[in-house]
Amino acid sequence: MSAATGFDPAEWEVVIGLEVHAELATRTKLFSAAPNRFGEEPNTHIDALTLGLPGSLPVLNRHAVELAIRVGLALNCTVQRSVFARKNYFYPDQSKNYQISQYELPINRDGWLELPSGKVVGIERAHLEEDTGKTTHVGGGGRIHEAEYSLVDYNRAGVPLLEIVGRPDLRSAEEARAYVSELRAILVAVGASDGKMEEGSLRVDCNVSVRRRGEDALGTRCEIKNINSLRSLGRAIEYEAARQVDLITSGERVEQQTRHWNEEDGRTHTLRSKEESDDYRYFPDPDLVVLDPSEEWIEQVRADLPMLPAARRHRLAERSGVELERTALIVERGLDELCLAAIDAGADPARTLTHAEHNLADERATGLDPAAFAELVTMEVDGKLTATQAKTVLAEMVEKGGAPAEIAAAHGFEAMDTSQLEAMVDELIAAHPDEWQRFCDGDAKITGFFVGQVMKATKGKADGKVVTGLLHQRKG
Amino acid sequence: MTERLTTAEVAKVAELARLRLTPEELERFTDQLAAVLDHAVDIEALDLDGVEPLAHPVQLTNVMRDDEPGEVLDREEVLAQAPATEEGQFRVPPVLGEGA
Amino acid sequence: MSAGTAAAIAGAVRAGERRAVDVLEEHLARIEAREPEIHAFNLVTTDAARAAAAAVDEQVARGEDPGPLAGVPVALKDNLCTRGIPTTCSSRMLEGWAPPYDATVVERLAAAGAVVVGKTNLDEFAMGSSTEHSAFGPTRNPHDTSRVPGGSSGGSAAAVAAGFSPIALGSDTGGSIRQPAALCGVVGVKPTYGRVSRLGLIAFGSSLDQVGPLAADVADAALACEVIGGHDPGDSTSLPEPFPDLRAHLDDGVEGMRVGIVAELTGDGISPDVAAQVRAAAEALAAAGASVEEISVPAVTYGLSAYYLVAPAEASSNLARYDGVRYGLRVEAPNSVEMMEATRTEGFGDEVKRRIMLGTYALSAGYYDAFYGKALKVRTLIRRDFEAAYSKVDVLISPTSPTTAFRFGERSADPMAMYLSDVCTIVANLAGHPAMSVPYGTDAEGLPVGVQVMAPALGEVPMFRVAAALERSLA
Repeated sequence: MSAATGFDPAEWEVVIGLEVHAELATRTKLFSAAPNRFGEEPNTHIDALTLGLPGSLPVLNRHAVELAIRVGLALNCTVQRSVFARKNYFYPDQSKNYQISQYELPINRDGWLELPSGKVVGIERAHLEEDTGKTTHVGGGGRIHEAEYSLVDYNRAGVPLLEIVGRPDLRSAEEARAYVSELRAILVAVGASDGKMEEGSLRVDCNVSVRRRGEDALGTRCEIKNINSLRSLGRAIEYEAARQVDLITSGERVEQQTRHWNEEDGRTHTLRSKEESDDYRYFPDPDLVVLDPSEEWIEQVRADLPMLPAARRHRLAERSGVELERTALIVERGLDELCLAAIDAGADPARTLTHAEHNLADERATGLDPAAFAELVTMEVDGKLTATQAKTVLAEMVEKGGAPAEIAAAHGFEAMDTSQLEAMVDELIAAHPDEWQRFCDGDAKITGFFVGQVMKATKGKADGKVVTGLLHQRKG
Repeated sequence: MTERLTTAEVAKVAELARLRLTPEELERFTDQLAAVLDHAVDIEALDLDGVEPLAHPVQLTNVMRDDEPGEVLDREEVLAQAPATEEGQFRVPPVLGEGA
Repeated sequence: MSAGTAAAIAGAVRAGERRAVDVLEEHLARIEAREPEIHAFNLVTTDAARAAAAAVDEQVARGEDPGPLAGVPVALKDNLCTRGIPTTCSSRMLEGWAPPYDATVVERLAAAGAVVVGKTNLDEFAMGSSTEHSAFGPTRNPHDTSRVPGGSSGGSAAAVAAGFSPIALGSDTGGSIRQPAALCGVVGVKPTYGRVSRLGLIAFGSSLDQVGPLAADVADAALACEVIGGHDPGDSTSLPEPFPDLRAHLDDGVEGMRVGIVAELTGDGISPDVAAQVRAAAEALAAAGASVEEISVPAVTYGLSAYYLVAPAEASSNLARYDGVRYGLRVEAPNSVEMMEATRTEGFGDEVKRRIMLGTYALSAGYYDAFYGKALKVRTLIRRDFEAAYSKVDVLISPTSPTTAFRFGERSADPMAMYLSDVCTIVANLAGHPAMSVPYGTDAEGLPVGVQVMAPALGEVPMFRVAAALERSLA
């Protein structure tokens, strides 16, 4: 196969649907009371059901259901009566050689989520299922195909998963990444999962197909597995879309298959031996009964939901008058409430958000006192502090706390009088005629020389922007 | 209903069920299973339109337990009865391909 | 009650009149005498039994009450998990495997003071009607050792019939307690689905399986049901209702009760001697004050087909776990797929393989609707038929088995012929209703005949009332 060479987005459209598995933050497993914990000695969190011992029976974990309902409501789904079904297939890490999942009747269906850009992505369903154990391959460099033998650890077997199936509404690698980020933010916000891709508590499989722009019908899709980070997700989508376009333009067909993303060589590959024809022989699990959460329970969960990221973005945009896109980073950092409080205390909204976007990356920023923050912003807007000074004061407020006026005084900050600056600028122009000539001839770089001189003379107290403004005024 | 069960179908089913049949067994089992399925022809005659399936005789719903840890099995006791182990894990011949 | 019943033994032991260890030795002597011929057990747990019996005696000596089964020897079908004691399902797959826990019913027996004497033989993984499909050799009917004891709980039925223990536990998926009880001339009970915990019962057909007792008389069967029955939070299909007090109602009689004879099980396919005994039973009930009429339950005619789709389908999934990875037999091979194949091929007998394949087929893509899906709908019809019947009568009676005990080899070569043994019993499993077999006379050759009493869901009390009345009518 030739290396993918990219494609013309004017001619081709890529269609993406994501399946995300989130490990739920419960104390015990989905159907048994073995602990749901990680990183410990193999096979220490096992009980009869985890190992699929003869005579064992499943009993559903109420908290896992609560979390599933929370996520379902947060994703605007219909929460409905559901049935647990067995998905039958043989594999050593599947201790019963069937997985208890949900098939025809999932607990959550037909929802959506809103990306920071405002685009709405459909969610087909979000259902509960058991996780598998972990298999490691020994010998042959750890690669599946050359292993001498394999080892199985069932600690993870039976951990509750919520499988969230998105509709194929995504149209770019960027949108796909935004979707996963948003989903993760929601999962974390409702306390359902810690959503860490690198640790495996959030797993993403990606369905990719391509079609010529203007076509209605969807192309044949391939499922990509083994994506372990947002960056890989983007790279895998781009590679796969290009691969498919290449195939079609060279007259071949895209075959529906499952492909494995390889981070090292940057390509997707088919697996050498596909274990099963996909006949999972689903049927309702006769060891479990129907799950039908009451209206009361669902409404209780709904009432207890925190404000979700999309709502927070909208709220911030509306109350600050700033475009929706600018609110994303601030909400992500959890600084929206701080900003709103500062704005309520009288701070200029745009300036407040700018500080939040650029100068409050530190985690401790959420601890800022809103009134103090508002005061700082107002001092800057009133001209009592330059932008640079404001940034310094703010940084100190984050680190040590304190009132902006005192910190500014301690640093000896005070904005300079404009007439003082005018005088200095005039002196410099007179003292450096050659450089002034160059400035008047349009050499933008020479601005730095004049501003630098003023800064030196004022020991950094001048506001660089004001100086530049004065120079241009003098130029005429 | 469908036509009589064939050896090809039985062979496929055996593979799905991880069973290996000798040619003689394949023939014999196909005959025996076909006889059982033939007997099922009496279900064909029933009017099942609009009849709900009954997966379970029990009409319970919402049976759940609290999210409280219970007893775990002793790993050594369990591994002592495992066919092959290594470093606290179950050891199996090489697993090709991936699970579902 | 006779001195040998569970109720009599427990009464005497609790009162300090008899020692549990002496009761045990009596039964062990009988086992030693006839077991080599009968082969009811896969394992006789002599040492553990002696220790348990001694512990019961110590409790009594301390003034404590060991419970309602104090000192009573009990045999357990070898598909019930017993901690540290091999539980094989009479299969090579689990030969030598010892569970790390007790089934709930086993725990309850122990808490009631019972003394487990051993694990009884069964058709492999409970699949069969004669115990000929055991990987460890068949069990012989104590009434005639050239004949089968029935199955799959053949070992348990034979143990009670031979006096090895007054009570045995079996499991019933399509008749596996009732049919061997009938063939061996003992009482066998399948409770309402969900009345007795399945936790620790090695699964065959999960929506059909129930654990139940076999005993020499109705009162002992009632006692055993009360001990093992009742809600278990470890089994999601366990009913919340407490188990009723059966023994209090055994002498209520049947005056005014309405009894229906299942019309579909009176004619063709039922041996004349068996049919005659069912008619005699009906007459006895009428004489005791019940009204008796024939009643049609069409479900019976198509139940067999539905059963032989639902049960194997669930079994094919329940038995998938036997793959040589975590426990039990393993046959080595170059890769895991081949290892699983080789293990399952060697570990399972023919009948088990047949049912796994039948079930896999019934569930597979393209066939689900035609087979499994349809069978589930038939189940609804069966339920409706019973509801209609029970609107007119309180209980139903029928033969338990179409014939008395057949000879070894007579049906084992033809699976369909074997499956027809279940025609009287499977509908109760499909509907989830309680049903029991009561010994009622013999055929011309002196072989036991069993009469089946069926009741609606949760109807153990009327069912036992009728069973007790039948038993009294023979006295």
